[in-house]
Amino acid sequence: MAEKPDFQKEVATLMSVMDGNPIDVCIQCGTCSGSCPAADYMDYSPREIIALIRADLRDKVLYSDTIWCCSSCYYCTVRCPKNIKITEMMYALKRYCIWKHKHKKGAIGPDFSRKFVKMVVKTGKSYEPGLAPTFMFKYGIRGMIDNMSMGMSLLQKKRMAIVPKAVKRIKAFRRVLNRIIPVGVEQ
Amino acid sequence: MRYSYFPGCSLETVARSYDVSARITAGKLGVELTELDDWNCCGATAYFHIDEILALTLCARNLAMAEKMELDIVAPCSACYKNMLETSIRLKKDEELRDHINLALKEDGLHFDGQGRVLHLIDVFMEDAELRKMRKLVVNPLKGLRVAPYYGCQILRPKMGRENIENPDFLENLIATSGAEAIDYPLKTQCCGGSLIATKNPVALKMVQNLLKCATDNGADLMVTTCPLCQINLECYQKQINRKYGTQFSLPVFYFTQLLGFAFGIPKEDLLIGSEMNSPEQLLAQFVKEA
Repeated sequence: MAEKPDFQKEVATLMSVMDGNPIDVCIQCGTCSGSCPAADYMDYSPREIIALIRADLRDKVLYSDTIWCCSSCYYCTVRCPKNIKITEMMYALKRYCIWKHKHKKGAIGPDFSRKFVKMVVKTGKSYEPGLAPTFMFKYGIRGMIDNMSMGMSLLQKKRMAIVPKAVKRIKAFRRVLNRIIPVGVEQ
Repeated sequence: MRYSYFPGCSLETVARSYDVSARITAGKLGVELTELDDWNCCGATAYFHIDEILALTLCARNLAMAEKMELDIVAPCSACYKNMLETSIRLKKDEELRDHINLALKEDGLHFDGQGRVLHLIDVFMEDAELRKMRKLVVNPLKGLRVAPYYGCQILRPKMGRENIENPDFLENLIATSGAEAIDYPLKTQCCGGSLIATKNPVALKMVQNLLKCATDNGADLMVTTCPLCQINLECYQKQINRKYGTQFSLPVFYFTQLLGFAFGIPKEDLLIGSEMNSPEQLLAQFVKEA
């Protein structure tokens, strides 16, 4: 039987489509953490995440808040002196978490992404009100009121659609996506 | 010049003012934006969280349709722009990936060859219309208006051909064309939090608060953006931020097309100025000399 790859190798495989250097060239300089606008709110900084991966501490990484705090602003990526595509690594870790259903309890990110993809597969377009249920009730009563009043104001300013739009050739659109991956949506 | 225009999902709803002002202002400059027929969502960031190749396929479909029209594709949203440009670069480089995706596109009678360019709307304004030409059209010079140029992230990063991504100045040049003064502040290329506003609300609110504070501390009367998500995060959440942090922000946030259109004398209503949460009416009253 083949040996189970360590976590670092798994992450490298997940990043294989991208052509950035794998993380074993990281020199732990911390430029990524210093450039990250969300680092203050992460449990581990991006530099620490790389260190944890290399130490094979899989669950610490997967259950961290860090991955879901990344907003994909690419500051780390453009500044990394070793040309590691750190944003792509974060994307790879998000995919890994969602695929394995391993993430911090109460994290909204995974549900939001799943819902988003299902919606786009269904209609070909994204529709904000359709996403609202994934986060609306997660920030307490105050958050719920805020979200609702925001929705009302947007509606008043004609900045919200009542009915979701869809692409016209929706069947052909779905056939295209189904050629790539079976997505479990009826034709 | 004629372009294939890809509005993107936000411009049909929350960012309608960007769509409307983009079309009318571009028209004034002689830039012809022909909407890409039957375009689909670019995948935003969420699609990359589920499947990379699927995300690239979504963008490839749009690129293939623009190619069929034999036009370069233009996106007003920084995220759509980044996704489509990245897809184009990667598919051109990776033949196997291109073949794989082309096999799927065949289901919709499409094919990606990598012929056309992917541009952000502001690139079209800068390249095609040129500042010189724009300056001639200004009838409402916005003298004395202090504008914070806000780039955000994905119009600049990852690095995909733009020369200066650490300290760009194209937005400043465009603001200066309108007669307004572009203020200097250190966070102009810092991220607005993007979709974290939904998935990690407290983090995004703090990120937006930092930006608003930095811009107002440096004397901004108005902020100008090139992306619908930035506009929404910066503008629509000010009330919540004020309550949470005890601040008093009421900073109008415009799209660059609204600022420029207003300077060109296009009536405010035609640019959907007034559909913001923070009314810019008072601020702009001193400049009304509509053509």
